[in-house]
Amino acid sequence: MKIDELSALEASFNQLIETLLLKKTASEQFTIKLSSERSQFTRFNHAKVRQTGCVADGWIELNLMEDQRSSFRQFPFTGNWNLDWQVAYKALQELRGELSLLPVDPYLVVPSGTLISREIHLGKLLAPEAVVPTVLELVTNLDFTGIYAGGSVIKAYADSSGQKHWFATDSFTLDYSLFTTSGQAVKGTFAGINWDEHAYIAQINQAKEQLALLSRTTQELPRGQYKTYFAPAAVANLLMMLSWAAVGEADIQQGNSALAALARQEKQLSSAFSLKENFQRGLVPRFNELGEMAAPELSVIEQGILVNTLVNSRTAKEYEKIANGANGAETLRAPEVSPGNLAPEQIMSELDTGLYVSNLHYLNWSDRPTGRITGMTRYACFWVENSEIVAPIENLRFDESLYRFWGENLIDLTTFQEFIPEVGTYEGRHLGGSLVPGMLVNDFTYTL
Amino acid sequence: MWSELKKAIATFKIPADWIGIRAVKENVTTRYVRDGLPQANGKTSTTGAMLEVMVNGCLGYAATNSLELPSLQIAAQTAYKQALAASEWWIYPFGESERPQVIGEYNSPLLEPLDALSPRDINDLLVRVCKTLKVNDKIVQTTASANTIERETWFVSSNGSEVYQNIISLGTHYGVIAQDAGIVQQRTNNGWQANCYQGGWELLQLENLWHRVQQIGEQAIELLTAQECPTTRTKLVLAPDQMMLQIHESVGHPLEIDRILGDERNYAGGSFVNKTDFGKLVYGSPLMNITFDPTVSGEFASYAFDDTGAVATKEYVIKEGVLQRGLGSLESQARADVPGVACARACSWNRPAIDRMANLNLEPGNASFTEIIADIEHGVYMESNRSWSIDDRRYKFQFGCEYAKLIENGKLTKTLRNPNYRATTPEFWHSLIQVGDASNWQMYGTPYCGKGEPNQAICVGHGSPVCVFADVEVFGGGG
Repeated sequence: MKIDELSALEASFNQLIETLLLKKTASEQFTIKLSSERSQFTRFNHAKVRQTGCVADGWIELNLMEDQRSSFRQFPFTGNWNLDWQVAYKALQELRGELSLLPVDPYLVVPSGTLISREIHLGKLLAPEAVVPTVLELVTNLDFTGIYAGGSVIKAYADSSGQKHWFATDSFTLDYSLFTTSGQAVKGTFAGINWDEHAYIAQINQAKEQLALLSRTTQELPRGQYKTYFAPAAVANLLMMLSWAAVGEADIQQGNSALAALARQEKQLSSAFSLKENFQRGLVPRFNELGEMAAPELSVIEQGILVNTLVNSRTAKEYEKIANGANGAETLRAPEVSPGNLAPEQIMSELDTGLYVSNLHYLNWSDRPTGRITGMTRYACFWVENSEIVAPIENLRFDESLYRFWGENLIDLTTFQEFIPEVGTYEGRHLGGSLVPGMLVNDFTYTL
Repeated sequence: MWSELKKAIATFKIPADWIGIRAVKENVTTRYVRDGLPQANGKTSTTGAMLEVMVNGCLGYAATNSLELPSLQIAAQTAYKQALAASEWWIYPFGESERPQVIGEYNSPLLEPLDALSPRDINDLLVRVCKTLKVNDKIVQTTASANTIERETWFVSSNGSEVYQNIISLGTHYGVIAQDAGIVQQRTNNGWQANCYQGGWELLQLENLWHRVQQIGEQAIELLTAQECPTTRTKLVLAPDQMMLQIHESVGHPLEIDRILGDERNYAGGSFVNKTDFGKLVYGSPLMNITFDPTVSGEFASYAFDDTGAVATKEYVIKEGVLQRGLGSLESQARADVPGVACARACSWNRPAIDRMANLNLEPGNASFTEIIADIEHGVYMESNRSWSIDDRRYKFQFGCEYAKLIENGKLTKTLRNPNYRATTPEFWHSLIQVGDASNWQMYGTPYCGKGEPNQAICVGHGSPVCVFADVEVFGGGG
């Protein structure tokens, strides 16, 4: 986004806060949340363009609180003050009319801090008309499919107690797959805030080498338990399950968590496994829906022991805990799994015979209280014998408990970590990603 | 709205072959109560327009959340530049036949308008649901929610299209978590957010509601002491609320033509079905009749026109087990040369339309539920989806349910917990040996069908009777 456009949106947002502060009554309190983006989405298939376009979107969420009651209105934010204020004022009036009709919420948290932050990351993105030739010229002879998503994203917050946060960043992700004629694929993600032509060329050239390995005849493996190396992208997939009813304090309190047995100290994970929230990379805002700042780092699992859950202020109030800046859903926002002792050159020798799994697909809890996850292998996954890749595999379904693969069956994690960027675009372009190592696991259970 | 949008198209100074504007105004209200206490009340309103511009057979788009003329003009220019920049690399030359002229209107069925209940009425109802669900101290969480959707869409184009569609929907959900020491079980009303329909508050059907709420609480307690689902191969009887998921994942997605063409391979995946399979592939047993039907009154994804202007009609996708046509838009039909349906849909104004399944239903057979169970010497009956996962080609799947009963000698006997089953799609549908009649046909829906790059979550509806599958691998839970 151009600086003047960005500044205009910020000025408009500030004007909205100031006007709402003037309009609010003494007993009312409010929070407002802004999400805005200017994004280009160009979708590829067979190294051609399937769909291409730009989206200019933005919305405000106004949450009004009074007498222990609250309600919200989410409405468009265009940057055109006359238009936006008209909608915002109507929302305010609607909320005033509604609050008295709602039940009292004993765990309502009203804003109270005075924190202010402002972060702007300007990048060097491809010009919109340059995206297609720049991406495709290098892959014209390949079966290249995927999406380029790039532009500016703004996340902002303000409230009636005077807190204000502004986070704006340019960014792009090129999330792609290269297919062989037999349907095997190499997956890649190229992301950042500055487009680096040389790095893109190097990455595609490396992917071409991997494609050669995939052209061997695939091997169908019988169901069973196999020693498995999970590359970082696969570890990131498994890790994100912890954001779905696992690490949140509310889920633990309400009988809904896959880590309940860990929290009750009935089970523990391997001492090699440590997980923390690490915001120091600065890729996602540290503030949450109440303007609270998470600590730059928060240890969640330390050497296999659950040392902190994610606790937001509402949960803290309900269960008499201490809040740690978690978001409303108490999900991981900047997760990092600590590295281990497995050097890159040792991966194949330590695996010896088993599966090399690059990526996973469509994970779900198959039995959440016991931490059991099912899903599929996907993309470049190989059968390895005597430390050598023998053949790509037909995809396998797994069904395994995290208490086993991060517990007694975890052999080691790699000495290196990879940043796996978040490429999701539901509602809008997501930010951030996971920093994870690869891992070697004994007797991982494949069922179909 | 019509005159503004038509006027806008007239002002665009771009040498395009075709221009379309799809404007959307949507209000979604959320009311959510946990353990009798309010968790969320509010309304999300979105307004915006998707502009598509066709240049030399190439489509570019731009979406804006302002319907002001200057914003639409900027969007038209942007869309034009996008089309132009991609024109040398475009995948297939489209023409006006992929954006036909269409004029018409659709309105959801509605008896009790959404303003017939106040926020207080709704919260009171949800609080009462939570209280009724808590049949025992071992119920550790009760939840209840009601969401409404009002969506108006206007579609106009340079070749004279004028379509107005007004969708009004209600989704309700309630459920519990029961816990006894380390045993935890969930039970909900037909699975996560499955009760989604077009219509108003008449859908609450209050006379049946309280009995069902009580039953959900009691069944969760029953599950705490139930035996694990056995690990075996047996006859599997699926209730319509699980058939919904089965149809969605193992019939709907693999038949989407954009997946078969490879558009989705980087995200949702491809398909085990090939272009050459249409009209030939024996997908399942002769009892399998599946229709794409956006004309069912009150089903969650009903409409009269898709988001590119194709007229929506009921079509057999699978007839007597044989694959007839794909779930593909006019664009996909042209590219694949395969018959499709009117299914180009977008989740909102800010996403381009892609192939989506809308309502996909299994047509009823001729057996009552009593007859179905009476015919089975040994089997497992499962209700309400709890877990779902299927591979990128939609071939190997594993699904889990909340609640099950053992079938012994023609009778439902013991309750089973943690019931799961797995199979491959062709093997499973070929094992379909009995299809329930209209008396046990039920329809459900979900707002969370995810697909597309950029990602889109969209509403789908699925109707089915109870079905019986022979010799399926079933198993229980455990770490």
